[in-house]
Amino acid sequence: MKTLKKTWPFHVMLLPSMIFLLLFSYLPMGGIVMAFQNYKPWLGFTGSEWVGLDNFRYLFERQDSVQVIWNTLIIAVLKLIFNLLVPFVFAILLNEIRRVKLQRTIQTLVYLPHFLSWVILGGILIDLLATDGFANRIISSVFGIQPIFFLGDNDWFRFTVIVSDVWKEFGYNTIIFLAALAGINPALYEAAEMDGATRWKQTIHITIPAIIPIAAVVGTLALGNVLNAGFDQIFNLYNPLVYQKGDIIDTFVYRTAILNGEMGFGTAIGLFKSVISMILILLAYRAAAKWANYRIF
Amino acid sequence: MYYKTTGYRIFNVFNVALLILLAVMCVVPLIHVLAVSFSSKAAADANLVGLWPIQFSVEAYKKTMFNPVFLHSIWISVLRTVIGTAITLFLTFLAAYPLSKEESVFKGRTIYSWLFVFSMVFTGGLVPFYIVIQKLGLIDSFWVLVLPGAVNTFLVILMMNFFRGIPKELEEAAFMDGAGPFRTLFTMYLPISMPSIATITLFSMVFHWNSWFDGLLYLNNSNQFPLATFLQTVIIQQDMSSMSASPKEMELISQTTVKAAQIFIGAAPILIVYPFLQKFFVKGMTLGSVKE
Repeated sequence: MKTLKKTWPFHVMLLPSMIFLLLFSYLPMGGIVMAFQNYKPWLGFTGSEWVGLDNFRYLFERQDSVQVIWNTLIIAVLKLIFNLLVPFVFAILLNEIRRVKLQRTIQTLVYLPHFLSWVILGGILIDLLATDGFANRIISSVFGIQPIFFLGDNDWFRFTVIVSDVWKEFGYNTIIFLAALAGINPALYEAAEMDGATRWKQTIHITIPAIIPIAAVVGTLALGNVLNAGFDQIFNLYNPLVYQKGDIIDTFVYRTAILNGEMGFGTAIGLFKSVISMILILLAYRAAAKWANYRIF
Repeated sequence: MYYKTTGYRIFNVFNVALLILLAVMCVVPLIHVLAVSFSSKAAADANLVGLWPIQFSVEAYKKTMFNPVFLHSIWISVLRTVIGTAITLFLTFLAAYPLSKEESVFKGRTIYSWLFVFSMVFTGGLVPFYIVIQKLGLIDSFWVLVLPGAVNTFLVILMMNFFRGIPKELEEAAFMDGAGPFRTLFTMYLPISMPSIATITLFSMVFHWNSWFDGLLYLNNSNQFPLATFLQTVIIQQDMSSMSASPKEMELISQTTVKAAQIFIGAAPILIVYPFLQKFFVKGMTLGSVKE
């Protein structure tokens, strides 16, 4: 009681946030019961029929939902790899540019797409990547091939999604590597120079080892996103033509639950995703804390 | 020195060329849109426009600016950005202070921090969330754009890490003078927290300006849409209903140029604050990341 007398202002300060968390984070968690019901809005939680694990069985039996899970995994994993690899290489190359002004200018330009929403970028890409769009005109004039239907062809859609996501994010993802590069002790390079090491040798033996740990942390933490293939992006780029290869869990939930009213089933898929993501996030953070001494809270 | 060797010089030329090319590719799409928006209908429809307007015309902007639904959506976006950011700032600032204390000073701190973190790690999913919004009576209300995202654990962590960097002596001096936690927070911490408050403000503003899905999901009337949602329905879903142009007007200005103008207007505020964004986001990114 003595401590409470002293710390009550702290509790008061946290109260507003707690109310928000309760309403918009913890209350929805209670709605998870719907995953075990054949939920009908007019019957509510108490009136709807309990169906046990039927929704989950259905999830693995339905051909479209299994396909959607695969799509999600493939797109998310490829994004994860390239969103790590491209910024890693880009940061090293950018670091080689010795004119500070040029370096700054390049940075300014490549960070930009990160801040624009997928609605804006989607609108631009739909126009740009159309069969008669700007991109295809360049491609046909350079390679002289038939126009490519980037957003309407199942063979091209995933490629387009991954490339455009890397295009949007690589600049921003470079920041953390540039910070690590700036932290390398210049004496290391000077010593290597004395020993007659070429820049390539210096890169292999000093630069890369110095930023590998940070890449490992970023990569590990990204594992929590293995079922997050990017709702905003897919939703603004896809169309029924590419559902087969491009539909992901989040867009599928939106269509089945919100548009078709299969609430229980939609909740079950969402829960499936949430639980797996949570396990992965916890494992990833544990690993990062253990090996790299990384802590967020 | 290594950069004086022939091999490195050749590499450098290619490297600079490659990086400049990549950097240009990040802005070319936006320049193309800008060029289309200022071109004539004929040129845009014939796909003649590259990176410079052809047959310069401001018709698309005129048309856009006389569309009342579009103008109203800008107003809604401004409102949600201002109100939403203010609420988020207040909540974040207030919550981060006690969380920056050690458990020994503030008993219960660990429980609170777990409640924050768990909300970030696990979610009920889209459907239960929708039901809660419905039960709270927020469907078709402006507040649905502002309240659900008001507490952002990521921003709380950012602020908390900043508070932890403030020397303890400062606070102890305030306590000595008889100031309580509230007075200390608002008279002592607030003035020196401006850099991180600026960061959080920018994060929150960009989030609100760019958010579109909440409007689509919870608002049924397009008259209530924020700009991002309006653009989503007009540009992505190719909804013609809000473009009440007579056939004659349609001849004058193509859909393509109007869409381009709308896209550009949607992106403009981000471009305007971009110089600040770059400065503070880079800071925020490294502030909230790896320690020690």
